[in-house]
Amino acid sequence: MQTFFIVAILGLGFLITFQIAKASEYVAVLRGEEKARKQTNKVNAFMLLAFLIIGLIGVYYCNEKLKGKILGEAASDHGVLIDRMLYITIALTGIVFIITQVCLFWFSFKYQESDKRKAYYYPHNNKLELIWTVIPAIALTVLVGFGLFYWFKITGNSPKDSMVVEVTGSQFKWEFRYPGKDKILGKKYFKKTDEARGNPMGQLWDDPANHDDVYNPGEMHLVVNKPVHLVINAKDVIHDVGLAHFRMKMDAVPGTPTTMWFTPKYTTKQMIEKTGKPEFVYELSCDQMCGKGHYSMRAVVIVETQEEFDAWMASKKPQYIVANPDKGPSEPKKDSVISKVPVVGAPVAMKTKN
Amino acid sequence: MSEALHIHSGTDTAHAGHHGDHHGHHQQSFVAKYVFSMDHKTIAKQFLITGIVWAIIGGLFSVLFRLQLGYPEQSFPILETFFGNWAKGGQIQPEFYYALITMHGTVLVFFVLTAGLSGTFANFLIPLQIGARDMASPFLNMLSYWFFFMASVVMISSLFISTGPASGGWTVYPPLSALGQASSGSKLGMDLWIVSMALFVVSSLLGGLNYITTILNQRTKGMSMTRLPLTIWALFFTAVLGVLSFPVLLSGLILLLMDRNLGTSFYLSDIVVNGEILPNEGGSAILFQHLFWFLGHPEVYIILLPAMGMVSEILSVNSRKPIFGYMAMLGSLFAITILAFLVWAHHMFVTGLNPFLGSIFVLLTLLIAVPAAIKVFNWLTTLWRGNIRFTPATLFAIGFVSLFISGGLTGIFLGNSTIDIHLHDTMFVVAHFHIVMGVASFFGMFAGVYHWFPKMFGRYLNSTLGYIHFWVTMIGSYLIFWPMHYQGLAGIPRRYLDKRGWVSFNGFPELDKMITIVSIIVFAVQLMFVFNFIYSIFKGRKVTNKNPWEANTLEWTTPLRPGHGNWDGEIPEVHRWAYDYAKDGRDFIPQTEPIGENESKH
Repeated sequence: MQTFFIVAILGLGFLITFQIAKASEYVAVLRGEEKARKQTNKVNAFMLLAFLIIGLIGVYYCNEKLKGKILGEAASDHGVLIDRMLYITIALTGIVFIITQVCLFWFSFKYQESDKRKAYYYPHNNKLELIWTVIPAIALTVLVGFGLFYWFKITGNSPKDSMVVEVTGSQFKWEFRYPGKDKILGKKYFKKTDEARGNPMGQLWDDPANHDDVYNPGEMHLVVNKPVHLVINAKDVIHDVGLAHFRMKMDAVPGTPTTMWFTPKYTTKQMIEKTGKPEFVYELSCDQMCGKGHYSMRAVVIVETQEEFDAWMASKKPQYIVANPDKGPSEPKKDSVISKVPVVGAPVAMKTKN
Repeated sequence: MSEALHIHSGTDTAHAGHHGDHHGHHQQSFVAKYVFSMDHKTIAKQFLITGIVWAIIGGLFSVLFRLQLGYPEQSFPILETFFGNWAKGGQIQPEFYYALITMHGTVLVFFVLTAGLSGTFANFLIPLQIGARDMASPFLNMLSYWFFFMASVVMISSLFISTGPASGGWTVYPPLSALGQASSGSKLGMDLWIVSMALFVVSSLLGGLNYITTILNQRTKGMSMTRLPLTIWALFFTAVLGVLSFPVLLSGLILLLMDRNLGTSFYLSDIVVNGEILPNEGGSAILFQHLFWFLGHPEVYIILLPAMGMVSEILSVNSRKPIFGYMAMLGSLFAITILAFLVWAHHMFVTGLNPFLGSIFVLLTLLIAVPAAIKVFNWLTTLWRGNIRFTPATLFAIGFVSLFISGGLTGIFLGNSTIDIHLHDTMFVVAHFHIVMGVASFFGMFAGVYHWFPKMFGRYLNSTLGYIHFWVTMIGSYLIFWPMHYQGLAGIPRRYLDKRGWVSFNGFPELDKMITIVSIIVFAVQLMFVFNFIYSIFKGRKVTNKNPWEANTLEWTTPLRPGHGNWDGEIPEVHRWAYDYAKDGRDFIPQTEPIGENESKH
């Protein structure tokens, strides 16, 4: 009923508009097209000026209304750099935006057709054109300079003392693996994946580095002020590790592991205090279209102190033991003959299989 | 009332209908004249009308998914009536939502803004503005349309199969698009998508090669390259971009088709999907993205350049002033064309691309802002000290410049890899590209339709409806897309149909409702435009003046309703560039007028 009502109103409104439009065309023809045109010209010129003024007020109003809803202070060291770059760009482009839009609409209004004026024949001016080639070029050099300076800082090698977490995306969940005491993620091979037998990641159990690796789905624990190096994988299609509060993002590509690192600045508890929202959690979202559950592919990130993290880690059993209960508690061999994959500080993605 | 119009135009109609006869087309059948026509003007209209049909379909899709975004909790029983299981309980199902956005993107980017925009105006304007009787190969030109038509038929048919159309996003990234197990839209719908796009690429190549050949070889006497109107230059570079980049897309799609059906592993490696371990090893999912964006980025300019060209022309004509800095405009078009091929990986900053490689693409991407800035400043200077007539076409052209500035500036955010880490694949990207290539190009297209409609159909569009169309669309576009940037700054990923499960992203329910309502209004006004278009073809006010806008270019020297062959007698000779407005105290000097003895030089 409601739908019908809306359609009826739209139809009626359209009919009236159309009749008016037709009538005004006839009137224009009868009164002389030239005169009618000049009149609508004035109306439109005025509208353009009004659009500029109301539009600029609208831009300000929109910012006042919505600026409180964007995420607030960045919660990682890299996020701070990214926000700084963002504000530099907003300032620079904001100036250009206002100047050019004001010129556009003001010129349109000021130079509307008038019998008193003749258009000015002005085909080119090389000096002027050179100026507005050079100025944008300089402005952009500044932006590129800042941008790349931050970019290389963010994408550079992770510090030697980073903790390592492996993130694996699949339709539509996130799984995490911690390297355990040896700080080395054991090797894996996708054909060994077997959820029924306790091996969701396809770990190779004959690699001793795997024996202390801890598996934990749905929730990632990080330590505040400690750099974290994420090794990112996907099992089925491309996903993306999106960490909006940390301002970080990296695709998870099946067959091609990727990496990213950052340092969380605040624990979850501190963020609850800072935002005043008791329900606050860091969320990990999938930012790359991955199928019907894409919009709900979520994990929680818990940033905590070293003690809290250690206590949590102590409560977890290595997946090797979960999968092979008969093996009992085992010590990873310290000097394994199998070459270990260096994880920390790897500049580019590394393969975890041979 | 209608008598008044007939009195005005009665004299011209009598002979307007006979022009076709001069060139030996006496007994043309209906099929030869309107269906398998080789007249570039008819083909242009075919592209335009097919494009309009597609635009209505694509626009309707956006209204449907905006309903879901604005009112995720509400049920619309009418949707279930029409779409059955796809909208069970009156709620848009996720598979349906993703099919809608995928088709919305595909349809608008390729079928409307590539075929509908450049197909229409390249066909219509190239022969008319360079002074040619038709395209270099009218037959290939006809084939170009019919390949497009076949592509359309295949794409439409994919909407009606039980597993639904492609639904992995318009970028169809594998492995999602390669694996039927991963998504129902990746079953038969995806094969049809690929077949349809292959036909589309053929259409685009046939058209593009023809446009290039025609512009280079068929210009009338005196029409040197630097006397060409900027529309023609823009359409020329558009065709070059298409010819060089579409084959790369086709190759990428053929590999995808093989991965899907023949068991190859170009894009597939290390995959466990729904517990099933696939044998593929050694492929690279990222390879597809390189191939896709090697077309995908030039595609943005394929869409934008014709709009830029038409806007340049329309602003100059209606400011009664020459376009400012013709050579700079030409140079910036050229620079954009070259750079278009060198920036594709800025879509891939967060795919694990080598950061050093990323930095090169940052540099090249931001470099595009220089020619773009030149164009904006030149348009502004064209308006400066003009004597502007606000026809609906002029308004849409001014709107184009405004949107191009807004959307272009946000491109500087996204092209900078540091900021892109945060904004990549968020609603900020959606807002950015809708403003700069979606809405702006549409504005260019509308400007072109309002400006050249009299030449196409011998009648005017109703200008009051035109003004309403412009103002509602202009205000609506900003209301829809400007606040959307804030959603992106808040980190909300794109393609999220329901944000209620998130703590971080659920802050904008009111805004989403507002955007949805405005989109419905804007869509309704586009339907009004379509009505105006169809009504005016048959009943619009007749054009009585060969040159209604008092423009210089050659198309306005043809008869009111030109037949196949365009000019009745000799093709006119050209003596000057297209922009002698306000020169030596004269309002305008057509290109066909010889240079006077005492004329000043520019």
